[in-house]
Amino acid sequence: MDAIYLLFILILSIFVGFELIHKVPATLHTPLMSGANAISGITVVGAITISGGPLDQYATYLGAFAVFLATINVVGGYLVTDRMLAMFKKKEG
Amino acid sequence: METDLVINFTYVLAAILFILGLKFLGHPSSARKGNALSGAAMLLAIVVTLLDRSIVSFEWILLAMFAGSIVGIFAARLVAMTAMPEMVSLFNGIGGLASLFVAWSTLEKGINLSQFVLIATMLALLIGGVTFSGSIVAWAKLSERITGRAVVFRGQAIVNSAIVVAILVAGYVLVTQPNIPNIPNILYIAMALALVMGIMLVMPIGGADMPVVISLLNSYSGLAACAAGFAIQNNLLIVAGSLVGAGGIILTSIMCKAMNRSLSNVLFSGFQPVHTSDMVIEGEVKPLSADDAYYVLEAAQSVVVVPGYGMAVAQAQHAMKELQELLENNGAEVAYAIHPVAGRMPGHMNVLLAEADVSYEQLFEMDEINNRIENFDVALVIGANDVVNPAAREMQGSPIYGMPVINADLAKNVFVLKRGMASGFAGIDNPLFFKPNSRMIFGDAKDTLNNMIRQFAD
Repeated sequence: MDAIYLLFILILSIFVGFELIHKVPATLHTPLMSGANAISGITVVGAITISGGPLDQYATYLGAFAVFLATINVVGGYLVTDRMLAMFKKKEG
Repeated sequence: METDLVINFTYVLAAILFILGLKFLGHPSSARKGNALSGAAMLLAIVVTLLDRSIVSFEWILLAMFAGSIVGIFAARLVAMTAMPEMVSLFNGIGGLASLFVAWSTLEKGINLSQFVLIATMLALLIGGVTFSGSIVAWAKLSERITGRAVVFRGQAIVNSAIVVAILVAGYVLVTQPNIPNIPNILYIAMALALVMGIMLVMPIGGADMPVVISLLNSYSGLAACAAGFAIQNNLLIVAGSLVGAGGIILTSIMCKAMNRSLSNVLFSGFQPVHTSDMVIEGEVKPLSADDAYYVLEAAQSVVVVPGYGMAVAQAQHAMKELQELLENNGAEVAYAIHPVAGRMPGHMNVLLAEADVSYEQLFEMDEINNRIENFDVALVIGANDVVNPAAREMQGSPIYGMPVINADLAKNVFVLKRGMASGFAGIDNPLFFKPNSRMIFGDAKDTLNNMIRQFAD
């Protein structure tokens, strides 16, 4: 039953994703991509959960490394997207 | 129980914020807010996850987050706007690798994992691995650490099929084995195979097709996160991962349409023999000096600029903006025509022009500009080639025949700023250069533009 419930969530979010991204104009495709990339850094949440076990376990180290990688993705992704979007301006006046 | 409730409730909130964030990303005026919303969702999700009672040690987590933040901040600050495609593909790869490690860690910990969880974990591991190595190859190609051309060898299709079969076998063995830590070798083999597969997927893809590949890898990094969500039964990972996965697929299909090719054609065309067209292009190339071009530009009422990857390479966007202002002060209308696959990633040109402070209202998509391109006095083609190639329209049998292009050749005058006569990434001759109304201005695009700017100043 758990599997079915998770699949439901998957299918619905895929449709939401299609609808949302389709409306983004070509001008914003690069920031959209790096913003989406930052969102995919959500793995960090999973990595935190898994690396919180007792110390000196192999799995903990692997998980902590995943936290490190995913944090780069999240922090770098959001900052660089913001930097790009700050440049998108209308003509003044 | 209560913390669980709080955590899950916050995840719902985070999911809502992610969706709203993506919605706001749909318009330039609200996009920055959208990104901030999505960032807030991420922060919320991370903070609330730290409340999880099953977490007994925080040392490594906090250390890893601190280190990751430092690297992320520096990477985001230091990267040049022209290097954005490399940056995004590197981030895609890191995201994929993170999912691979989550899956690996799940397996190491895993005792009594259900069949379903095992399958999901294997998927996260494999997709993560392919995303990582594929993105690294894409990054190396984009930053010209390795050749940007398609790399193919004999029997590539057979080798690839063998890898796929081997991956399936290894995956089957792992999934049917309840106690994976007992068979680490097969786990390592599966990971190695996934990494090799990623390399094999991207190597045969040429530079001009990079926008498709980056979009696809972007999608994979989301799908890997999504699979990791199934592996650890986390709703938020599934929602956020599939939003990104779906988004990447949409972008991939937009890019493919812009090149009039199917996805499988882009991915596998490296395996097919290259078409050689025996078409003869009539006419001669007429070079022009920047000084002479100035007189035409000075008289022009309307100018359309068609930028391509060459503008990024020459870093000519700032010079172009300067020229644009001079032209406008001179009474001319200036528009920019952006082809969907101009540059090396979706929206590449838009970011560069935004960096140079060009208003996004002056940037037009291909269809809008093609409707009125005959009215422009001058089309200024800066480092673009295949995306303005009229062969796509008029030469049946040309490899790019049928691809939608910006019809720069229909403008009254065409100035092509180009280093030399080399053909574009697609390796196809461009009849535009031989048209009676077109003139070539050879040299570095930035120098040429600066030359014109000086003429205006005098």
